[in-house]
Amino acid sequence: MAKLRTRQAISNAIRDEMVRDPRVVLLGEDVGDAAGVFKTSEGLLEEFGPSRVRDTPISEMGFLGAAVGAAATGLRPIVEIMFVEFLGVALDQLITEAAKLHYLSGGGYKVPLVIRASSGAGLGFGAQHSQTFENWMFGAPGLKLAVVSGPQTAYGLLRAAVADDNPVVLLEPRILYAEREEVETGDNAVIPLGTARRLAEGDDLTIVALGSMVKVAMAAAKVADWRADVIDLQTLIPWDSQTVLDSVRMTGRLVTVEEGPATGGWGAVVAARVATDAFAELKDPVTRITCPDVPVPFAEDLERRFLPGPDYVISQVSELLETGRSPQPWWEREGLA
Amino acid sequence: MSSSLAARRRDAVRSEPMARYERMIEIRVFEDRVKELFAEGLVRGTTHTAQGQEAVALGVASVLEPTDHVVCTYRGHHHALALGLTPETVMAEIMGRRGGSMNGLGGSMHLSDPTVGLLPTMAIVGAGIPIAAGAALTAQVQETGAVAVGLFGDGAANIGAFHEGLNLAAVWRLPVIFVCENNLYGEYTPIAVSTSVTDIASRAASYDMPGVVVDGQDLDTVMGELETAVARARAGEGPTLLEMKTYRYSGHSRADEATYRPQGELEEWQQRDPIDIYGSRLTAANILEQGRGPKLLEQYRERIDEIAKMIVNAPAPEPAEMFRNVYA
Repeated sequence: MAKLRTRQAISNAIRDEMVRDPRVVLLGEDVGDAAGVFKTSEGLLEEFGPSRVRDTPISEMGFLGAAVGAAATGLRPIVEIMFVEFLGVALDQLITEAAKLHYLSGGGYKVPLVIRASSGAGLGFGAQHSQTFENWMFGAPGLKLAVVSGPQTAYGLLRAAVADDNPVVLLEPRILYAEREEVETGDNAVIPLGTARRLAEGDDLTIVALGSMVKVAMAAAKVADWRADVIDLQTLIPWDSQTVLDSVRMTGRLVTVEEGPATGGWGAVVAARVATDAFAELKDPVTRITCPDVPVPFAEDLERRFLPGPDYVISQVSELLETGRSPQPWWEREGLA
Repeated sequence: MSSSLAARRRDAVRSEPMARYERMIEIRVFEDRVKELFAEGLVRGTTHTAQGQEAVALGVASVLEPTDHVVCTYRGHHHALALGLTPETVMAEIMGRRGGSMNGLGGSMHLSDPTVGLLPTMAIVGAGIPIAAGAALTAQVQETGAVAVGLFGDGAANIGAFHEGLNLAAVWRLPVIFVCENNLYGEYTPIAVSTSVTDIASRAASYDMPGVVVDGQDLDTVMGELETAVARARAGEGPTLLEMKTYRYSGHSRADEATYRPQGELEEWQQRDPIDIYGSRLTAANILEQGRGPKLLEQYRERIDEIAKMIVNAPAPEPAEMFRNVYA
C-alpha cells in the first residue's frame, strides 16, 4: 500500500500492464514527453520508449481509428483522450467501428482497446470541457464502460480494462486526479468490470453513485441522520443490477446521485430496472439527484451549484424520507426551470 | 473448412495469371447476379456492386502476402472474392443466410475473414483509412514485416478520416498503402462537384508521401504500382497513396440507375474493360487460348447461378446467432 493520487494510480496501472504485456502501447496527445496534461503517464516514455508511448497529432479520429486497427491486428492500445468532449470528433471509430468489429467479423477479430478520457465539471473549464457523457456510450452494445471514483478504482478498473479483450472506455473525473488515498496495487487490486462496490451499509435507503458523485454521496452519508447503503456502480456497461437490486430489496428506497443532465442520465436506466424488478419492495418513489439540463456554467458559484454536493444530497434524501414523495430538484423548487 | 479454402483461393491468384483472369470473371458475373437478385427482391437492404473495378481487387490480392492486412469498404464484394472468400459464403452473407461469411449477421456491406487478412469491410465512408494505418502500426511496433492496404473510394478523399489517417501514417512512417478506387462518382455526385482536385493522388503531397495516378483498368499496371509501394512500406520508407482511375459500370447502390452519367461515358469505359485488357495480354503470351474467354464467362455464369439458386433456399441464421460475438 502506498498513498497515491488518482493520476499516479493511473500511471502505475498503465506501467504494470505495459510490463505484464509487451503488446500494450499508449497513444495520445502529449502523453510522452509531457506525461499527459493531467500527468497520468509519468515516467512511461522513459521506461518504455517512443515506440510504445506515442505522442499523437491533435487528431482523435486518426489516432483512435489507428488504435482500432492496431487492436484488431495484435496490439493492446491504451488511448488517452485528453477531454472526453474530444471523443465527439472520433465517436464513429468508437461506437460504429470498435464496438462492432468483433460482431461484424463473426468473432474473427477482437478489439482489445482502452479509451481513457478525463470527464466532468468542477475545475472551471467551461461548457466545452466539463461534460461527462456516459450517455453518449451507454447504449452502445459491444463497448464496455467504467467510471473512476478515486485512486483505488482508477488503478483497479484500468488494470481490468487493459486485460479485457473488448473496447473499454474508462472515464476519469478530472476533479479527482489530485485526490489521494492509500492504494493497493498488484493483481489482487484488479476490479472486475461489471461489478459494483458497496461502500457503506445502512437500512434507510440505497444510494447508487458513479464517478465524482461517489465521494459526494459518501460525504453526505457520513453526516446525515439517515443510514444508507452506498453503492459505487463502477461500471456502466455492463452494470451490476444484482448488487443494486439486492440492496434496494433490503432498504426499500433508491436514490441515484449523478453528475450530468437529468435527461438521458444513467440513473434513469437504473431507476427503470429497479421499478420493474423490485416495485413491490419499494416504500417510496425512486429519486434521482442530478444536474440541471443546462450546459456547465463557468462562474465558480454557479458551477458549484450545478453539481450535486453533500448538503444537497442530504436535504433531498431527508425530504424523501420525511414526506414519502420524490423532492423537486432545486431549480424547479426555485422556479428557475 | 471455408477458411482454408479461402486461403487456397488467395494463393491461386498470387501465383497464377490464369487464376487472376478467372477470378475477375467470377467477380463480374457474381456482381451481375447480385444486381439481378436485388431486382427480383431476393437481396434485402442495399448492395453496392463493383463491375468494372475488378483489376484493382485482383491487384491487391495478387501482390500482398497472406500475413498482410486489408481494410476496404461497403463496396467490397470484389475484394472479398479476390482475396479468396468463396462465392458461396459471400452470396450467403449478402442474402442473410446461414453459411454466410458472418452467418448472415453482416450483409452485403460487412464481409470479413481473418484467415486472408480481410478486416470487416467498413460501411462508413473513410472509417477504414485510419484503421488501416493502425494495422500498419501493429506491424511496425511488433516488427512483423507485414503491410496494410487501406482501400476507399474517391468520395472518402473529402472526409476528415482520410486526412487524419494519411497524416498519422506519414508522421509515423507506417507500412501502409492507401488505395483510392476513383470511380468518378461519390454516390450520385460527380467528383468535379465535390472535390477540389482532379487527381486525388495529388493530395499525397500534403502529407509528404508519394502519390501515383494509376490506370486501374490494367491489372499489370495496378500490380506493378502496388509492388513498388509495398516494397517501400516493407523497407520502412513509409506510406504511399495510389489513385486507381476506374469506373463502376453500375450505379452507386441497388436503387441507382446512374442516370446522372453523361451519355456514352459508360460505353467509353467499357472499351477499356479490365477483363478484356488482361485477357488480350494473356492471349498474346499464349496463356489464354483465343476464344476461351467467352466460354469461361458462360461457365462462371452457370456456376454462380447454381450457387444463387442453392442459397435462396438456404436457412436463415438461428435467433441465438445475434447474441454471439457481441463481446469477445
